[in-house]
Amino acid sequence: MRKFLISILSIVLSFLVGALVLKLSGISPLEAYSVMWEGAFSQPNYIAYIIIRSTPLILTGLSVAFAFRTGLFNIGSEGQFIIGALSAAYFGFIFHFSPWIQIPLVMILATFVASLYGGLSGYLKARFGVHEVLSTIMLNWIALYISNYAVFVEGLRRPDMETTEFIQPSTSITILPDWKVSDAGVEWLSHHPFWNSFLRPPVNAGIFIALLAVVVVWIILNKTTFGFKLKAVGFSPTASEYAGISTKLKVTQSMMIAGALSGLAGATHVMGVSKNIAALATHEGYGFDGIAVSLIGANNPIGVLFSGFFLGALKYSGQKIQSTLEAPSEVIGIMIGAIIFFVAIPKIFDFIGDFKAGKKHD
Amino acid sequence: MTEILFLFSTTLMYATPLIFTGLGGVLSEKSGVINIGLEGMMTFGAFIASWVAISHGNPWLGFLAGGFGGLFLAIFHAIASIKFKGNQVVSGIAINSLGTGLAIFFCRILFDGASMTPPLDLEKKIPVFMSQYATVYIAFFVTFLIWFIFTKTALGLRIISAGEHPKAAAAAGINVSLYRYLGVLSSGFLAGLGGGSLSLAIVSNFRPTLISGQGFIALAAMIFGKWNPVGTLCACLFFGFSQALVVYIGGFEDLHISSQLLATLPYILTLIILVGFMKKTTAPSALGQ
Repeated sequence: MRKFLISILSIVLSFLVGALVLKLSGISPLEAYSVMWEGAFSQPNYIAYIIIRSTPLILTGLSVAFAFRTGLFNIGSEGQFIIGALSAAYFGFIFHFSPWIQIPLVMILATFVASLYGGLSGYLKARFGVHEVLSTIMLNWIALYISNYAVFVEGLRRPDMETTEFIQPSTSITILPDWKVSDAGVEWLSHHPFWNSFLRPPVNAGIFIALLAVVVVWIILNKTTFGFKLKAVGFSPTASEYAGISTKLKVTQSMMIAGALSGLAGATHVMGVSKNIAALATHEGYGFDGIAVSLIGANNPIGVLFSGFFLGALKYSGQKIQSTLEAPSEVIGIMIGAIIFFVAIPKIFDFIGDFKAGKKHD
Repeated sequence: MTEILFLFSTTLMYATPLIFTGLGGVLSEKSGVINIGLEGMMTFGAFIASWVAISHGNPWLGFLAGGFGGLFLAIFHAIASIKFKGNQVVSGIAINSLGTGLAIFFCRILFDGASMTPPLDLEKKIPVFMSQYATVYIAFFVTFLIWFIFTKTALGLRIISAGEHPKAAAAAGINVSLYRYLGVLSSGFLAGLGGGSLSLAIVSNFRPTLISGQGFIALAAMIFGKWNPVGTLCACLFFGFSQALVVYIGGFEDLHISSQLLATLPYILTLIILVGFMKKTTAPSALGQ
């Protein structure tokens, strides 16, 4: 409970930091925050966009949180996301099955490839003692360039574009894509303004997959001996080894699961929203934001669900201040950095607590 | 012969930002504080350096300002790590996010919404001596200076004692916190100089993709160099060489090697180095505590 309080206080402080930075650059913080609030919640389609935006963040947040709980710092979520997205774009394009086979098959394959990529960092740590923070950072960049290479491979590349071909329609998990533009759909939606607005963005089934993942991760961590062993390794590797748990195997398994979750994020993003992948100048940040989601959510699956929605809303509404106020949306990145910073130093809140209690302690 | 000369000078050029930053890592970690935030400090330093050089027309002023840009972020990391005994890795991640965010935010504010600064005129860039940027020589000099401090001075021994046996050091009357602040702040200054040596010399502007993981490569170089200034210098030269190879091989048009795949080379080499050397490393004993 204390951890959630720290997260909430950190968020409050980060809004103050954001306000300070905005004020310094001559932008009214109150105006910026009210534009963000309006831009996040005033229309049903904004809510839909936030859900779409939050889906990958919940999954990458789960990925980082799972690794954290087992004593590992998965900064590689970004690269695992890219590998999952690339695999989904590839398999979704070359396979031609009916949706009932195609969707699970592509999703499972993409998740599997990403889990191997994540597992590689775990293996390097277990076998060679390479710290996962360093190996995953390198693998993030390697994934980026592999993906950019694949985008330009003839056959997969969309002619004359810096993107891949679109996935087959049978791979799509967008909800009611054809019905929305059919005569019956247009007719029905014109009488239902809420749904008309809500369904305008590419609303997709990814959020249900993310919710399912939250439940599965919670069960693994809290209700299975497998999860108990993983946590034990994170808590004390030497004690676990003494108790007969193979710590090396567990480290690899844990990173494989983390990789799978990030890969799933990439796959749902491609299958539900983007439908293909493009050459990237730099990382898009889904995985890095997952670190923030995990930390804000106190590395707890349920906490991650809420913080995923929070960060999704923050990121989505942050774009609005750029378009309406010409205030750089990077202020969101600064705020996220500030939240992580305050979460890293829970002691400052002890200080606040002591101050309130009239310094009873010490 | 010209090819060897080209590889040699390109190696030195690309190694320079890594040397500054890697040495920064050595100073921080020798004092006992993990510094994953080097990447963000480099990014912010690179932006500040570029901005000051453009607005004041003096590259040296820009270079120095870049150092102070990195130092500014290091203050936060130092307070979090030393005063509040927070999670140093998590704080470092926060610094990276803050550094990149602040750099691009203020770039947009100061340069009409653009996320990169306009290119520097030639006279505003770091001058070239004997076909090398002056920053290259400074990097070597700083390496010597830090080597000298660690091996020949009481100051160096005190920093090391803060990172190896803080309790024993404290019992001997050494102010451990003071030397840790010194280590972390100077690491930020050096990482800022590293960023400046990129945006004022190698590339003539600041852009969001400028650093691209070089802060982390510098960190890997520090590990490869066993937390030793001279070892780190050698490791950075090795990584600079891998960058030079990328440029060199990319020059052969009939080779048909994808530039994207070639770009993975420094990162793959870093991984291989880490696999080969991680087991034999000797990190400061009290690192992260």
